[in-house]
Amino acid sequence: MDWAGWLISTVSRALAFGVPLLWGTLGEIYAERAGVVNLGVEGMMILGAFTAFAVSQSAGRPGLGLLCAALVAGFAALLHAFITVTLRANQYVSGLALSLFGLGLAGLLGRGWEGKPLRNPMPTLTVPGLSRIPVLGPMFFQDQTALTYIGIVLALVLWVLLFRTRFGVVIRSVGESPATADALGINVGLVRYLCVVFGGLLAGVGGGYLSVAYRPSWTEGMTAGMGWIVIALTIFASWDPLQAVFGAFFFGALYHLSYRLQAFLAPELLKLMPYLFAIVVLAVSGFGRARWRRRAPAALGVPYVRGER
Amino acid sequence: MVGPAPQVFPLVSMRQITKVFPGVVANERVDFAVQAGEIHALLGENGAGKTTLMNILYGLYRPDAGEIWVQGRKVEIRSPRDAIALGIGMVHQHFKLVLPHTVAENVALGLPGTPFWAPARAVAQRLRALSERYGLPVDPDRRVWELSAGEQQRVEILKALIRGAQLLILDEPTSVLTPQEAHELFKVLRNMKAKGHGIIFISHKLDEVLEVADRITVLRRGRVVGTVLPGETTKGELARMMVGREVVFQHTKTACPRGAEALRVEGLYARNDRGLWAVKGVSFCLYQGEILGIAGIAGNGQRELVEVLTGLRRAERGKIFLLGQDVTNRSPRFLSDLGCAHVPEERIRLGTVPALPVEENLILKRHHRPPFCRLSFLNLRSVRAFALRAIEGYGIMTPGPRAPAKLLSGGNIQRLILARELSGKPAVVIAAHPTYGLDVGATEQIRQLLLRQRGEGAAVLLVSEDLEEIMALSDRIAVMFRGEIMGIVPAEEACPEEIGLMMAGERGVRIKG
Amino acid sequence: MRRIGPFLLEPRLTPSRPVVFGVSLAAVVAALLVGAIVFWAYGLSPWRAYAAIGRGIFGSWPSFSEVLRRAIPLVLCGVGLTLAFRARFWNIGAEGQLLAGAVAATGVALFLPAPENLRLPLMFLGGFLAGALWGLIPALLRVKLGVNDVISTLMLNYVMVYIVEWLVHGPWKGPTMRGFAYTDAFPLSARLSYLPHTRVHWLTLVVGLVLAGLVSWMLARTRLGYEVRVVGQNPEAARYAGISFIVVLSLVMVLSGGLAGLAGVGEVAGIHGRLRSPAHISMGYGYTAIIVAWLARGSPLAAVFTALLFGLIFAAGDSMKIALGLPFQITGVFNGLILFFLIGFDLLMFWRVRLGPKGKAWIGRVGS
Repeated sequence: MDWAGWLISTVSRALAFGVPLLWGTLGEIYAERAGVVNLGVEGMMILGAFTAFAVSQSAGRPGLGLLCAALVAGFAALLHAFITVTLRANQYVSGLALSLFGLGLAGLLGRGWEGKPLRNPMPTLTVPGLSRIPVLGPMFFQDQTALTYIGIVLALVLWVLLFRTRFGVVIRSVGESPATADALGINVGLVRYLCVVFGGLLAGVGGGYLSVAYRPSWTEGMTAGMGWIVIALTIFASWDPLQAVFGAFFFGALYHLSYRLQAFLAPELLKLMPYLFAIVVLAVSGFGRARWRRRAPAALGVPYVRGER
Repeated sequence: MVGPAPQVFPLVSMRQITKVFPGVVANERVDFAVQAGEIHALLGENGAGKTTLMNILYGLYRPDAGEIWVQGRKVEIRSPRDAIALGIGMVHQHFKLVLPHTVAENVALGLPGTPFWAPARAVAQRLRALSERYGLPVDPDRRVWELSAGEQQRVEILKALIRGAQLLILDEPTSVLTPQEAHELFKVLRNMKAKGHGIIFISHKLDEVLEVADRITVLRRGRVVGTVLPGETTKGELARMMVGREVVFQHTKTACPRGAEALRVEGLYARNDRGLWAVKGVSFCLYQGEILGIAGIAGNGQRELVEVLTGLRRAERGKIFLLGQDVTNRSPRFLSDLGCAHVPEERIRLGTVPALPVEENLILKRHHRPPFCRLSFLNLRSVRAFALRAIEGYGIMTPGPRAPAKLLSGGNIQRLILARELSGKPAVVIAAHPTYGLDVGATEQIRQLLLRQRGEGAAVLLVSEDLEEIMALSDRIAVMFRGEIMGIVPAEEACPEEIGLMMAGERGVRIKG
Repeated sequence: MRRIGPFLLEPRLTPSRPVVFGVSLAAVVAALLVGAIVFWAYGLSPWRAYAAIGRGIFGSWPSFSEVLRRAIPLVLCGVGLTLAFRARFWNIGAEGQLLAGAVAATGVALFLPAPENLRLPLMFLGGFLAGALWGLIPALLRVKLGVNDVISTLMLNYVMVYIVEWLVHGPWKGPTMRGFAYTDAFPLSARLSYLPHTRVHWLTLVVGLVLAGLVSWMLARTRLGYEVRVVGQNPEAARYAGISFIVVLSLVMVLSGGLAGLAGVGEVAGIHGRLRSPAHISMGYGYTAIIVAWLARGSPLAAVFTALLFGLIFAAGDSMKIALGLPFQITGVFNGLILFFLIGFDLLMFWRVRLGPKGKAWIGRVGS
């Protein structure tokens, strides 16, 4: 058994499959850091997947497809922001409605696009020089699309932004104590809108990646619950963009293994592993959650009302 | 600027301000002005409209009528941002701080002029300079949740000053301070006054206001009753202005024989929500037919002590005996069934279910026992009968027994809670801040109810920040400081200075006089 | 109080029943209007579309019965979800609990040695228990480990879906089924009978209606119901009052999951007569039931009516497919829209609009 080869391909595919999870989680981290839960990630990702495929197929340019995917998902997120921030409705139900709506709409619009492979999928890269390192080269620097590397850099940038800049202080304060931020003249609603829409943009790219790079085609429901796993990952990563990288690729490895082990176990039972693991991961996170560093933003899920009537 | 220069215009002038909330007029045609270099106190009972008026000045509320003038110009304050831009800063009664963040991060939040990168570090410099200048020592790198209330208050003041506040509004600033810390604060305020700042000092404590203010305006039920100079008025007159009638500062308390031991606490230790020790080795006995008052500034472990005694928090060490039985770490239901009543500090959040009707709230802790419940089925008739009796007997003003509890005013909610807790003839009553925020009528009624329970042989533990209340009602007074009992003295022998010293950390000092 | 032009907006503390009903109705109507836009985007005249749907549904008794037939699982799941939502437990897992019930029913139908006349009752019992178990797990996870109920119930949906897939492709694949992913057909003793000319398995419907009444009564008249309401309205007060979260939430989820399980039994014993791929057994009944329960605003009895409404939408979806050539996914779009508008319009329930005098301050009565 070629262990080295197996390890290399597992890590390599784990990276590839973790990409949509990473982008989705990074976006959701920002939304939740500002205090808004967006359960609509599943709907936004599938809308992104469809939009990316449709645009790429028609225009022949995957990059354009991803851009449109981001915009469409961002618009959906705008809807969620409007309902939860301006209308102050229940964040969980609004997100759920968004997902149901998105899944239905994508399924509806996707009729007739199924079964045809993308004629111009996103190219995979081979990093010059680095890819020649034995073992690590093929593991990390071959056969990835640009989105993998952009995603990791993005995680770094987002971490710095969140913890070392003025922006970050504002965002985190809005999520922990919106009353405090409000009393200092910060526009809590605006910050929340921006973060939620930003989350949507990233979710759109994550979904688009699926149909344009990972498995260049369109199938109804091709996100297969990934959006929900993003929500679990956000908690698992303790709302920290760098930890999200590890979480996303861990789950990527899990997904990949569930394909690999099909020779040994029934495929359906393997497919349920990621979902089971999401629960396990949350259960484990439940221990030691009280420590300040790993707590959820205090105002998460609560619509902010100034007290003004 | 040195000293209060003669001003043509006041620093801030509020004219004919009116603000209405559903069912209540919070402010009605209020005129209020502050000069530079003056401390103007805003005095009134809870609910008189002081905080509302200041929230309007700070841009958190919009007035329904009236105008605001700053330095001779009419202005519109639409949000705190506008207020800050006009040089108005506010230190709220419940601090607006982000607890997990550092002092510097809190001060840097939304501060114009801070750099994009590492704003906290840049702010730390300015903070140190300012803190020197005004005599408000803070460490910029500590996390806010670790600070004491007094230190947190200094952060709040610095936050306002660093944004260029000329006018500082302080809402009940001494509610979280020991007497010594309060004196320190007054020194700081006088210093600021000398530098030309204007200060609005909201309070309901007459002594403080007479000590520190240059002018006093009294609000009652949303209207200005009058503005006086401290040198020209007395405590009694101020009290009358606040309340509208002669206020009796004493309660008649009949002598009562002390009975058997009802509650015994030995060496109790408990942690607070952040894992730090909040209750450290507390021991005391509570007897039937007496009221033991626990005095102390809020935040010294009283809340955690009450929670341990009522089964809502774990006792890490020590024992609790209720009527001779070891009840350490038993559930709230067990304690309640045994006869321990709990009048909670947070009436609405803990003590009632606002969406449920009044009658269902009245059976809350005894809903699982007869007569309200037999074999898991609720006996609606007895629930209704009990509700009607309680509404009548305790004077709960409500549209009816089926009205949702959220429609009740604060005083009536407390009456509901007392009706519920006291009607079961409890052996022990633990009352935490029972009259906080209530009008005079409700306050007097509740105090009478507690005295009556004592007369009927119950053992009452009264936790309160109101030293006057403690001294008036208690048979014995215990003082808590940083989680420990500093001393327990009989009420007739206690005097405020001695208690005050104990509240600040001195152990059992007796002062003659 | 806010002023917009000549109107005065006053907050309203507790909306009365007519207001709640009116706002809910307005939300549904608004969703249908937006739905008309969807039709128009497809090149159909909304009038004709709605008319065609109307004819398709109300045209004959058998076609109208489809509304009832679709409503049956929605009633059961919906009632279960109103109970869970009352305890503020966001049970998104009705889909999985339904499938669990279907699996248990199949097991009893095909593999359990039992006297024939007991087979159906045992199937219902087994289905209830399976759904109850699938619902109990997230309840325990939340109380003991703080695991978010939305995610745990949702994830368990996917887990159960794949378990069913595994069963019908693997160990339970019917040898008589010539390679299709079905189990064997159920014996006659394991089948439910229909109302004539329809596919309405009336026994399940009756069970659903009876349970709706029982749950409603339970909430108002028993100690458990009282504790459920306190837990849902104010968890802090529940703790203060000594109510045991683990007992209350466990019982709630056992009931909620069990009801969904019964729906699953109904589907396999009533409609399909076998276990097959999950997407055919439940067309998103579990997710739709969420909206059914939300629209019912906590009342199990109201859930019966809202279940009928959504049964109507499902039947309309079938009709749209047949008459207009639209794909079935359009029901997902409508459902999402209705839910959006429901929560969006929620705010309207808490404000009152009046014509107020301009400019002057309006001083209200001094309250209690």
